[in-house]
Formats: sequence, C-alpha cells, structure tokens
Amino acid sequence: MPGVEGFIYPNELELQWSVLIVLYPFITGLVAGAFILASLERVFNVQAVKPTYRLALLTALAFLLVAPLPLQLHLGHPERSLEMYLTPHTQSAMAMFGFVYLWYLMVVLVLEIWLDYRRDIVLKWRASTGFARLLYGAMALWSDNISESALKLDDRLGRALTVIGIPSAFLLHGYVGFIFGSIKANPWWSTPLMPIVFLFSAIVSGIACILLLYFVTCWLRRVPVDMPCVDTIAKYLYYAFLVDFSLEMLDLIHRLYEADESFRALDFMVKTRLFTSQIVLQIILGTLVPLVLLGLSQLVTFREKTRRALYVLAGSLTLMGIFAMRWNVVIGGQLFSKSFLGYTTYKMEFATREGLLPAIVLMILPFVILGVLIRLLPPWGHGEGDRGTHAQG
Amino acid sequence: MKPRASDYVHLVRMAGLFAVGITAFLVLRWLMVPADFGELGHYRTGAVPDNMARPIVYAGQAVCVECHADVAELRARGKHVRVACESCHGALAAHASNPDGQKPVRPDPRRTCISCHSANISKPKSFPQVVPEEHAPEGSCAACHAVHNPKIS
Ligand code: HEC
Ligand code: HEC
Ligand code: HEC
Ligand code: HEC
Repeated sequence: MPGVEGFIYPNELELQWSVLIVLYPFITGLVAGAFILASLERVFNVQAVKPTYRLALLTALAFLLVAPLPLQLHLGHPERSLEMYLTPHTQSAMAMFGFVYLWYLMVVLVLEIWLDYRRDIVLKWRASTGFARLLYGAMALWSDNISESALKLDDRLGRALTVIGIPSAFLLHGYVGFIFGSIKANPWWSTPLMPIVFLFSAIVSGIACILLLYFVTCWLRRVPVDMPCVDTIAKYLYYAFLVDFSLEMLDLIHRLYEADESFRALDFMVKTRLFTSQIVLQIILGTLVPLVLLGLSQLVTFREKTRRALYVLAGSLTLMGIFAMRWNVVIGGQLFSKSFLGYTTYKMEFATREGLLPAIVLMILPFVILGVLIRLLPPWGHGEGDRGTHAQG
Repeated sequence: MKPRASDYVHLVRMAGLFAVGITAFLVLRWLMVPADFGELGHYRTGAVPDNMARPIVYAGQAVCVECHADVAELRARGKHVRVACESCHGALAAHASNPDGQKPVRPDPRRTCISCHSANISKPKSFPQVVPEEHAPEGSCAACHAVHNPKIS
C-alpha cells in the first residue's frame, strides 16, 4: 500500500482532519493574538503601539469572521452545525465553544470596535450622502451624539470590555488547544500543556501578523513607519516567543524524559515524516532563527533600515513557524497508528472541498475582508497623527 | 463632566439590538427544537418510533437458507462459511418476501471479491489476500474460484 509503513489499522489509512483543520487553529490564533496586542495598548496604556491598535482590532474581526469557514467546509452537512446552538450538549467542548465564539465576536470584538469608532462613524455619517449615508447612519444606530461626555462614556465602557475581552481571547484560543489536549487516545495531542502552548503560540502569531500588516499598510499608504511602535511590538514578540518556546521545550523535555510507550513511535515520526515540517520549518527556521534575530535586535542597536528588515524577516519566519506548528499538531497527530507500529501519509488534494485550493482561498479571504473594513472604518486617524482618536481614559 | 441622559441613547439602542437578537434566537429555538427533544436523552423521543417504522432491508441469512439450501450447503464446505449471504449480495429483504417479483441482481464477481481480499498491510497476515493486479489482472474471479466455495483444490 503506497504511503503506508508498518502496521496500521484500516481506519487510520486516510486522514480525517485535513489542511482545513490546520487552518482553523492558525486563524483563531491570529485573532486571539491580534486582540491581545490591541488590549495591551488599551488596558496598560502602552502609547507606543497605538498606531496598530485599530488595525489589530479590525484584523482580529476579519480573521474571526473567516475562522468558522474551514470547519464548515470540513463538515459534510454544514447547515447542521447550527443545531449546535439550538440544542447544545453541555458536555461537549465543541458545542459549548459555539457560544464562546459568538460571545467573542459580538460582545467583545464588534462592540469594542463600534465604541472605538463611534465618533468616526458619526462624522462620516454627517459628511456622506446616498447609500454611504444610510450605511453609516445604521452603524451609528442613528444617534449622532458625540459630545465629550458621551465619548467619555464610550471609552469607559470600551475599557471594561477590553478587560473582559482579554480572558475571552484566552478562552477562545485556550479552548482550541483544549480540544486537542483532551483527546486521551492520541499521545501526540493529549497533554494538559496543550491549551497554554496554543495560547502563547497564538499570541506570538498575532503579534507577528500585526507587525507585518503594519509594515505593509505603511508601505501601501506611503507613510513612514513609526519606529518606536515597531520596536515595541518586536520587543513583545520576543518576550511572548520566549515564553512560547520555553513551554514547547518543556513539553518536549517532558516527553523525552518520560519516554512512555508512545515515545518510540513519535520519536521515529518526528525524525522521518515530520522532519522537514517540525525540525526544519517549525523549530529551526520558525523559532530559533526569529528568536536569535529578535534577541539580537534587543541587544544591539541597529540602524533603522536594518531593524525594519530584521523585523519583517523575523515576523515572516515566525508566522511560517507557527503555521508549521499547527500543521505538525493536526497532521502529525494522525500520521502514526494507535498500534505504534506503523505510519501513514497525508495526501493533500487540490481542487476538492478540503483541498489546497479552498485553503488558499480561505487564507486570502480575511485580507479581502480586512480591506473592506479598512475602507469602511479607516484605522488611521485624521491627517498624519496616526494616533488613535478615542478619548484618553 | 457628568454624562446626561442623552449621552446614553446610542448605548440603550445597542442594548436594545442585543435584546432583539437574543429574543430572536430564543424564538427561533422555541420554533425549531421539537417539543419532545430531551425527554429521554439528548435526542428527540419521536426519533425512536420513526426509526422503528423504517422498512427492514436486510432479511438475515437464516431466511435465505430456507429457499437456497443448495447454496448454503456449498458455502458450508468452504472458508466462506461465516460470510453472510447479504454481505456479498447486499440487502435483499424485498426479494426474500417476494422472490418471484423481486429478482435480485447478481453481485459483480470481481469487485465484490476485491473489496475483501485486496492486500492491505493492516489486515491480519492470516487472512487470505492477493494483489488483484498481479493475481488476476482482469475478468471475473469466478472464472477460477467458485464464489460460494472459493477453494481451488
Ligand atoms: C421464499 C424463498 C426465497 C427466499 C427466502 C430467498 N430467495 Fe433468493 N430466490 C428465490 C427464488 C425462487 C429465486 C429464483 C427467481 C428467478 O429465477 O426468477 C431466487 C433467486 C435469487 C437470486 C438470483 C439468482 C440468479 O439466477 O440470478 C439470488 C442472488 C438470490 N435469490 C439470493 C437470495 C438471498 C441472498 C436471500 C436471503 C436474503 C434469498 N435469496 C432469499 C427464493 C428465495
Ligand atoms: C463471498 C460472497 C458471497 C456470499 C457469502 C454469498 N454469495 Fe451468492 N453469489 C456471489 C456472487 C459474486 C454471485 C454471482 C456469481 C456470478 O455471477 O458468477 C453469487 C450468486 C448467487 C446465486 C445465483 C447463482 C448461483 O451460483 O446459484 C444465488 C442463488 C446466491 N448467490 C445465493 C446465495 C446465498 C443464499 C448465500 C448465503 C447462503 C450466498 N449467495 C452467499 C457471492 C456470494
Ligand atoms: C465479505 C468479505 C468477503 C468477500 C466479499 C469475499 N470473501 Fe473470500 N473470504 C472471506 C473470508 C472471511 C474468508 C475466510 C478467511 C479465513 O478463514 O481465514 C475468505 C476466504 C477466501 C479464500 C480462501 C479459501 C481457502 O479455502 O483458503 C478464497 C480463495 C476467497 N475467499 C475467494 C473469494 C472470492 C473469489 C470472492 C468473490 C466471489 C470472495 N472471496 C469474496 C471473506 C470474503
Ligand atoms: C486464473 C485463475 C484465477 C483467477 C481468475 C483468480 N484466482 Fe485467486 N487463486 C487462483 C489459484 C490457482 C489460487 C491458489 C489455490 C488456492 O489457494 O485455492 C488462488 C488463490 C486465491 C486466494 C487465496 C490466497 C491465499 O493466500 O490463501 C485468494 C484470496 C484469491 N485467490 C482471490 C482471488 C480474487 C479476489 C480474484 C479476482 C480478482 C481471483 N482470485 C481470481 C486462481 C485464480
């Protein structure tokens, strides 16, 4: 049988969780990470990262809207997924998560963006005509009170939302890790560290994504990059990455030292089938190299141009590394037999429901949505100020 | 500055929107969830009689043997003795209750065999298996094997 080595059970031949299920934790990770970066500015008042505050919120929204789509495509009967809301099973983590998702989307993200943008929306409403006027009017809920006291109220509420939002973001991504970590039949997944490893890798990927998006938007708008801003983001990226890396190493060392009955099988898998994606892409290129680059930029003061190049390189490698990590978790967990005596291979299809093509489309879609959102609600303030416009709390 | 009542208008409207949304959800739920859902477990009680009312499609081999004793006897002499008639022939309850009106189609004597006997690493070694492309590149397996007693002695 091609692609099979050793002994496997019949139901292990074909992987049930495809590349789309790799995308899902990757995308939700970007959401949670972007939101946590935005919250830093809001809650801890980090002025330096302010130019990315609104960009991060809109990015989180764009990705969150796309997040359920890979799952829907994976389901044979996507319309039935709605029944999860109607008759949720309280003992099912997946079912309860539907509500976490809704809560996060509606109460945290949409509300927070709305409060933050209300002043802009009202101003646009006043200035526009025709359909745009209708749209902005609806978004403002036809209330154009942007007096100082009203805005102050919005700001206070927004702050409270952010405070609720941070644990919600933790919940959102911690849960994704929980789903894998709680599958006790699979030794590659089953570890209580999984939720927290997922969470920190989410923060890392979200920060890297916003860093890159900020560079791209500056370049597209032909405005200079705010160096203190990217320096600070890079610093956060470095710290978050250090924590993430330590956690992953902790997991690894624990596995090596414990060396339970699954160890030989997993060890063999990592050294053969997952060698490129785990050792080369995830650990060396996707973790160690960016960590060295970022660490170096903390120690040595490079020229601005070098720093920018360094950050772009480190950010891109990081994103690739986190994607590889998701891949290795989801796909890797299905490559070995429960008998620990054999291995199968993942054959990715192309233009099928769960193939590479829909995966690529799903990865482009958030950027299209982000483009529309940026069009509707420009994240940059008026003129070159670039600092957020909400009142200071 | 102390907020005035008018400063709350947009917030009240947003809260109203949420209230409308949640109410709509509850109404939808009330309309869509069957009344007997959850009485016995996390399913619709009516699903049990619904499933029981579905026509039975498998007759079970004890029934086949009553009329096709010759085939059963042939099978009893070979290794297919424990392979039920309908695992090769498919569901035939309609035929069993009306043998003359419902004449069954014969199963394909190549595809049927391959579905069980094509070599696969995850099958126990003791199970007879062949690589069809090598063993018999084309044609019916029945050309050499009697389907009901496949041993070629
Ligand atoms: C009540 C008696 C009866 C029962 C029970 C019965 N059959 Fe038949 N079966 C017949 C008769 C009679 C024929 C011949 C019909 C014809 O040739 O028109 C037949 C024909 C067949 C044929 C087609 C033979 C051919 O020449 O193509 C197959 C296959 C078959 N039966 C399988 C089964 C299986 C499997 C079962 C059990 C689910 C079964 N039968 C149960 C009476 C029965
Ligand atoms: C291993 C699979 C298999 C099993 C088990 C099996 N059959 Fe068949 N049967 C076939 C195939 C294949 C054909 C068609 C042969 C052909 O077209 O040359 C067939 C043909 C028949 C026929 C018509 C031709 C003939 O040889 O008489 C009857 C009747 C029949 N089967 C009845 C039964 C009954 C009754 C049982 C259970 C006691 C049974 N079969 C079990 C595979 C099977
Ligand atoms: C539903 C699965 C199934 C199908 C379909 C099936 N077989 Fe079998 N076959 C078996 C089983 C089970 C055995 C017995 C294995 C054992 O006892 O180890 C067997 C045994 C055999 C043997 C070995 C016999 C011996 O005495 O060593 C041959 C040859 C064989 N089948 C040929 C066929 C052919 C030809 C067909 C197509 C008409 C066929 N089988 C269809 C399940 C199947
Ligand atoms: C040209 C004649 C011929 C054809 C056609 C043929 N076989 Fe065989 N087959 C044999 C012979 C001869 C044996 C060895 C004798 C025996 O074990 O009964 C055999 C043995 C087998 C065995 C037992 C192998 C073992 O390890 O015990 C299986 C299973 C089998 N055949 C399946 C098939 C299947 C499935 C097909 C159709 C794709 C098929 N055969 C077609 C001649 C044939």
